[in-house]
Amino acid sequence: MNQTLLEVQNVKKYFPIPSKLFSRKKEFVKAVDGVSFTVNKGETLSIVGESGCGKSTTGRMIMKLLDITEGKVIFEGQDITDMTDDQIRPLRKEFQMVFQDPYASLNPRLTIKEILEEPLIVHNFNKGNRNQRVTELLEVVGLNKYHADRYPHEFSGGQRQRIGIARALAVNPKLIIADEPVSALDVSIQSQVLNLMKDLQEEFGLTYVFIAHDLSVVEHISDRVGVMYLGRLVELATRDELFGKPLHPYTKALLSAVPIPDPTVKRERIILKGDIPSPANPPSGCTFHTRCPFAQETCKIQVPEFRELESGHYVACHYAEELEIN
Amino acid sequence: MEKKVLQVRNLQTHFTSDAGVVKAVDGVSFEVGKGETLGIVGESGSGKSVTSLSIMRLLKDTPGKIAGGEILYEGRDLTKISEREMRRIRGNEIAMIFQEPMTSLNPVYKIGRQLEESIILHMKLSKKAARERSIQMLKAVGISRPEKIVFEFPHQLSGGMRQRVMIAMAMACNPKVLIADEPTTALDVTIQAQILELMKSLTTTTDTAILLITHDLGVVAEMCDRVVVMYGGRAVEESDVVSIFTNPKHPYTQGLLESIPKIGDRVERLSSIPGNVPIPAHMPMGCKFAPRCPHAMDVCWDKEPSFDKLTDNHSVRCWLHKEVPTDEPNLVGSSER
Amino acid sequence: MVELKLSNKEAYYQQTLENIPSKTPFSEFWRKFKKQKLAFVAFFFVIALILLAFIGPFITPYDITEPDYENVLSGPSAEHWAGTDAYGRDIFSRVLAGTQISLYVGLTSVLLGAIGGTFLGIVAGYYGKRIDSIIMRICDVLLAFPGILLAIGIIAILGPGLGNVIIAVAIFSVPMFARIVRSSTLAVKSTLYIEATKSIGTRPKRIIWKHIFPGTVSSIIVYFTMRIGSAILTAASLSFLGLGAQPPSPEWGAMLSGGRDYLNMAPHVTIFPGLAIFVTVLAFNLLGDGLRDALDPKIKE
Repeated sequence: MNQTLLEVQNVKKYFPIPSKLFSRKKEFVKAVDGVSFTVNKGETLSIVGESGCGKSTTGRMIMKLLDITEGKVIFEGQDITDMTDDQIRPLRKEFQMVFQDPYASLNPRLTIKEILEEPLIVHNFNKGNRNQRVTELLEVVGLNKYHADRYPHEFSGGQRQRIGIARALAVNPKLIIADEPVSALDVSIQSQVLNLMKDLQEEFGLTYVFIAHDLSVVEHISDRVGVMYLGRLVELATRDELFGKPLHPYTKALLSAVPIPDPTVKRERIILKGDIPSPANPPSGCTFHTRCPFAQETCKIQVPEFRELESGHYVACHYAEELEIN
Repeated sequence: MEKKVLQVRNLQTHFTSDAGVVKAVDGVSFEVGKGETLGIVGESGSGKSVTSLSIMRLLKDTPGKIAGGEILYEGRDLTKISEREMRRIRGNEIAMIFQEPMTSLNPVYKIGRQLEESIILHMKLSKKAARERSIQMLKAVGISRPEKIVFEFPHQLSGGMRQRVMIAMAMACNPKVLIADEPTTALDVTIQAQILELMKSLTTTTDTAILLITHDLGVVAEMCDRVVVMYGGRAVEESDVVSIFTNPKHPYTQGLLESIPKIGDRVERLSSIPGNVPIPAHMPMGCKFAPRCPHAMDVCWDKEPSFDKLTDNHSVRCWLHKEVPTDEPNLVGSSER
Repeated sequence: MVELKLSNKEAYYQQTLENIPSKTPFSEFWRKFKKQKLAFVAFFFVIALILLAFIGPFITPYDITEPDYENVLSGPSAEHWAGTDAYGRDIFSRVLAGTQISLYVGLTSVLLGAIGGTFLGIVAGYYGKRIDSIIMRICDVLLAFPGILLAIGIIAILGPGLGNVIIAVAIFSVPMFARIVRSSTLAVKSTLYIEATKSIGTRPKRIIWKHIFPGTVSSIIVYFTMRIGSAILTAASLSFLGLGAQPPSPEWGAMLSGGRDYLNMAPHVTIFPGLAIFVTVLAFNLLGDGLRDALDPKIKE
């Protein structure tokens, strides 16, 4: 079963900062600075992190919506890093994306039918079957046939996200990259959409890369989880390992910062000092050392290696072993 | 019993549009006492934000109007006083912080000037004293170099810093009530933890009553003493925080609590509330939750239940907990879980 | 007949999406547009003008070119509602017949300008980079001339005449449309739904036709309407200067020019064509304003 579907090798994305007048020096925002992971067929890999950590940029690079500055993206054994738009077009039906904002990701001037038909037209689906496929898709995501002739603004947030998911499913993809698919939704609607995504995964054998900031959602949906901080993965492990035995101090702080919806539970929490540094000017050494409660001199100088501490449990921290003992 | 600082009784706020009158808030009642934190929980369209704007009387630029009910602040009805008197209370005795601090800070003025403005206005201090007070406030909200920050513009600060500045601004005149409308929703988790910690320490040191409006049940559990749950413009349940989370009575509260994924509590499938969040144009006649309620009875569709006390400290708006005014037997039993 | 009374529950479910009429973008627009009282009146006035442009020349009470030297410069009367001009021609008839010319000049010149400007604007906005800079700098140069001066220059090259007026007005409409269309192209291009359609693998041609162009249409319509007013005005000015329609054409600007010498003796010769220009331009501007309010998604109730 452990078949690799997607392999991301040390990808980087540097955005140039518009240079100031009369200044020659080119500066860059290192949005993603060397991220590697693999995604196996049928699993859900989540990438969590706070704003500006580069999780969405990573997703967009895999989708080839952004150029990759450095590194490689390999999908089903094919290196798609340097493919042109025309070369990658036929491959696009294998991987699709679901976006965060269900209000903005649907063209308000098109009917639901036109929106769902678009991928079918682009990938030359049989014309006669398109109508039937649209109906089928609507039913799969729990909507009705009569919704087809409506416009996006006539739907609620949850329904629109269902439409977004239906669009992604239209061409039977193998991989879906979901960028914060439930964070714009109401609490009572989130669980509906999460359940739908789980059902669809089972039904169609989908593989998810799930990008999110909400750890409780991530714990619910993932098989494996990667934690990003300032453009780098700091920890990657199976869900049980990561939530049960987090090794990186950032992961620990992140987990303890999540408010627990149970007033009877009282706990000590690690509160990180200060703000997230700007990715345009990241700290030296371990980028987390400015906020890390356990930072040592080494952390300021040396970039920690992203190493496999235990089988399948990767962490980028000099002192992971010692911290684990404490 | 000690007199509560703020009492809202049967508040009604209506919005008029071409389509007719929309009752954005219809019968909301609650009270907050000194040093107490009351959470108002609800989803989009539940009327929770309109409630806070009504208390602040900030509906001027909207088609909304307070159509009934009382808002008693230290015994005075805020719905009846003049705009002039309200201005003296607003920002001084009742302060407010918003979800997106950038929209409530003026981008063209320096932080110091914005802080001083309200201090001078409400506390009648000299310019110099006001500067001192603002630096002191910035220090109190955990800003490390306040003497420098007062000379910066809002856009030079990070989101977390801006929210701290907003809190400093709101707390500068020692308000008796602080209304916080989704204060941490736009912030990252680790920054949220900082801000929540700050708000907690402020209530213990200043005795300010906090009205915390949020959709995040985790934040509520962490911060609040009492909770009002709102749905479709109504308060549907009110109690102390432990009762709400351990012994919820309204099917909506129950559904909401069951539908959120919890860390450390793994389930294969989340239970979920079917259907959609109600929109004002398509509200059912009776109980607003009836279309999504697993216990809905005929009476729920026909008549809206009143908001009644179940025990001394637990109120609920649901027919399951009332005599049903028909001869039909009540088919559904208690909703104890 | 037995009256069926729905229970409240049934009534609620009756009112589901299935049974509510669909709100298409057009029905939404129409609902908002109808609320703009003044623009709504202007809309019907413009429709009447267009009808008049077609039938005007056939319903004139008098011949518009035949001189009548017995009735020279006579004031408004029951026979001649707007009086007669220096050749004794009925001014009402001439204004009526002139509608066609003014609308024709206004519509065709702006249409040509809109087609050219839209094309350039979309190309500049969508492809960006070098093409964008080249197109927009040319537009900047064209816009640096005062409009009427540019038109006079063009006519100086092409020679006077109504056809050349159309070309002149069209040319200086191009950069304005290009600018507006470029900015809405940029706005649409940066939306999430364009990213979504790109992630599907949609080709640029389809993105432009299916997503970008429809997204710019509302601003084109608004500007088109407003532009007609000023195009009519410019055409009239050029004719007034003798660069456009030549006598005896009943073009409104040319009529103004013809009445100029009798301004003291017979003001009606200039007042009526002037009034026609004024009312027509005003109607198009009011209509444009109303369309903008109804089409702009930022203006919400």
